[in-house]
Amino acid sequence: MQIKPIIAALRHHKAGTLLIALQIALTLAIVCNALFIIHLRMAHMAQTSGVDEANLLVIQNGWVGKPAAGENASMLAADLATLRKVPGVVDVYATNAWPLAEGGTVYGIGHTPDKLALVTSTAVYFVDDHALATLGLKLVAGRNFHADEISATGPDHVAPAEVIVTRALAERMFPDGSALGKMVYVSAKPSVIVGVVERMQAPWVDNFAAKWADYATLVPYQLMDSAGANYMVRAVPGQRDDVVRAAPKALLAANPMRVINRDNGVQTYADIRADAYKSDRGMAILMSVISVMLLAITAAGIVGLTSFWVGQRRKQIGVRRALGATRGDILRYFLTENLLIGIGGVLIGIVMAVTVNLWVVTQFEMARLSLGYVIVGTAVLLVLGQCAVLAPALRASKVPPVEATRSV
Amino acid sequence: MFIHYVQLGFYSLRRNPVLTLLMVMSIGLGVAASMTTWSVFRVVSGNPLPDKSSQLFVPQLDNWGPNDIVKNGQPPNAVTYRDAMAFMQAHEAERQTALYPVRYAVTPERTGAEPFRVQGHAVFADFFPMFELPFRFGAGWSRADDDAHAGAVVISRQLNDRVFGGANSVGRSIHLGDHDFRITGVLDNWNPQPRFYDVSNHSAFGDQPDIFVPFNRAIDLHTQTNGNNACHENSAPGFEGWLHSECVWIAFWAELPDAAAQSRFRSFLEGYGAKQQQSGRFNWPPQAQMHNLQDWLDYTRVVPSETPVSLAVSAGFLLVCLVNAVGLMLAKFMRRAPEIGVRRALGATRQAIYAQFLAEATMVGLAGGLVGLAFTALGILAIGVVFEAAIARLAHFDLWLITLTVLTAIVATLIAAFYPAWRAAQVQPAWQLKSN
Repeated sequence: MQIKPIIAALRHHKAGTLLIALQIALTLAIVCNALFIIHLRMAHMAQTSGVDEANLLVIQNGWVGKPAAGENASMLAADLATLRKVPGVVDVYATNAWPLAEGGTVYGIGHTPDKLALVTSTAVYFVDDHALATLGLKLVAGRNFHADEISATGPDHVAPAEVIVTRALAERMFPDGSALGKMVYVSAKPSVIVGVVERMQAPWVDNFAAKWADYATLVPYQLMDSAGANYMVRAVPGQRDDVVRAAPKALLAANPMRVINRDNGVQTYADIRADAYKSDRGMAILMSVISVMLLAITAAGIVGLTSFWVGQRRKQIGVRRALGATRGDILRYFLTENLLIGIGGVLIGIVMAVTVNLWVVTQFEMARLSLGYVIVGTAVLLVLGQCAVLAPALRASKVPPVEATRSV
Repeated sequence: MFIHYVQLGFYSLRRNPVLTLLMVMSIGLGVAASMTTWSVFRVVSGNPLPDKSSQLFVPQLDNWGPNDIVKNGQPPNAVTYRDAMAFMQAHEAERQTALYPVRYAVTPERTGAEPFRVQGHAVFADFFPMFELPFRFGAGWSRADDDAHAGAVVISRQLNDRVFGGANSVGRSIHLGDHDFRITGVLDNWNPQPRFYDVSNHSAFGDQPDIFVPFNRAIDLHTQTNGNNACHENSAPGFEGWLHSECVWIAFWAELPDAAAQSRFRSFLEGYGAKQQQSGRFNWPPQAQMHNLQDWLDYTRVVPSETPVSLAVSAGFLLVCLVNAVGLMLAKFMRRAPEIGVRRALGATRQAIYAQFLAEATMVGLAGGLVGLAFTALGILAIGVVFEAAIARLAHFDLWLITLTVLTAIVATLIAAFYPAWRAAQVQPAWQLKSN
């Protein structure tokens, strides 16, 4: 195929050529970045929380009237006992926060009590000796808390003698792998690491917590909050929905002086996960819809302009056919023409995609665009261009040679 | 003449239905995508208190030291109880308030009514005039009530409807937790978005608070915060220990009406920080900084990052649709070159040709705008999938959005039509007639 005559012909259609190339370039720039955002969001959503989400539910319970100082612990104990008796419940504990809760407690953790020498931030979960069994956490080293290590505390006072940490935190604090039995400081007093669990995500999924999303510290406390209490409940596989219905009824029957909101008082982990990642999922959907629409519009634009060109050049096509060009020659002519414009467009588009990405990176703290997206985007647009041009090109190839003898 | 051009345009659009449809859809989709995201953007990035936003300030103090990891060296967004109280007592601003989120169970007086939970904030008396809260009945409590640790409460219209059936309940009591609070005021609807007054504690977009109670009274009742509590150091046990700890959980606001008041407050803040260093509380020179409302919303990144990104993507989308429309219009107009040649030969001026095609483009723009309206309506329905429910509720279809959608479509199409119309006007009559 000769490229020179095609380029010569395109010179006569500067405006149209430029418009298609520009459209391809812009589409490539936007689609590359959109694909990249989709990928980042999906990766974010794919993080595991480390807990047995399929069978877990959270009950947020508010007390009516403030429990007297001495009563809080006994009310909590009574509730835990009530919940354990609900059919289908495996285990239960009371806590301040849970993975994906989007609210909780964060402490600095270090090797000394000096608060200027912290190593990192860590999520702090208040747990008792039932927590590992309830959450389905796997101990990779050390032991669980003993029942006699659990004490009562307000949300304000954390100075545990023992802690259990996640493996990620253990490795961050002691990169040589010797965390078990070592001292760490979340308070002025030392805490000894008695156990290491495989994984438990921090309550936040936002950017601000991204650096320490896998660092969690379990402290042996029962939270005394006069406003209410949160219960983590693990159900027997397959009976979660029964427990969702039965648990609040059992609690209210045992002690009616409480509020468990109808709409969000009892949440399964499916609900919690959907809430926490709502904006990620939404953004991925938005970007997908926009990418598809954009590709469709660009394809439609190519079809429209090429059809116009074919209409304009019927006479020339007829002349070429009369001079011996085959249908295949005409078809190839239009395909090659489109490919040339497409290549021009994607070259500009690659420059644009990188520029747009650099801007997005500085504005919104996102990672750099990887080359893979540019390659995929380029391939998609070139193939799309060829497909779009096929119908008008086929029509052009059907122009009969006799057209050369007609005047318009 | 214009009407004639519009008619010509209409006929021409019908002559080429596929090209016309492509153009109209292209413009409609582009406009709809940008309008839908813009409707969200205008909600989330709006200024919640335009007349006062440059007078309301949030002070910050780096009581956690320069190496703090959570905030990357920036002072925390909230302050400790002891600092909040020191700021209140210094009374360096015209109005000022400390505040934190609280939650209580309400026990309605009617027997048999179920208790329920309410959420709101513990604030000082200045809160109400400072943030211009609208009252339906009564008013906020007085500074004297603050000093007397009075059990006053301001309730929302919704709570008043629920508990008192919408009647004027000022002077009556409501049972929160296990104490009675005297109602001094019932608010009218007040839910500025973003909920700027306490961004460090809860999501910036959400429901209206049900109650406001006096800060001092809430502390007396040992009411724990219903928001975030960030600690860096162990505190002594119990509520008192927490109050004297370095845990940050309180938002503080100062109203500083002019530059003099602002620089006075700034030097007070710096002096306060220096004094804390001298007294040995900090072993680093503390940075003290303050932001006004608008800067604070930027600083705390209240606008979800996906909103500007999707706005930028939608604007790019509109641009592609326009480039597409330029190409299609060029094709459509140039196809009529012979017709233009005849008109020119019969004496039509270039301006006349230009006007005719711009009129035709206006028709395309109008049609695109109408299609765009339909798609925008769909888009707004679909926002709930993409953005949080609290934000989605706020984006709505109003007259302003309808006007803007149609106008954007027409203006954008006209801009896109300038080049194709110019090309059409350049057609040489002699050449066209000859080739015919």
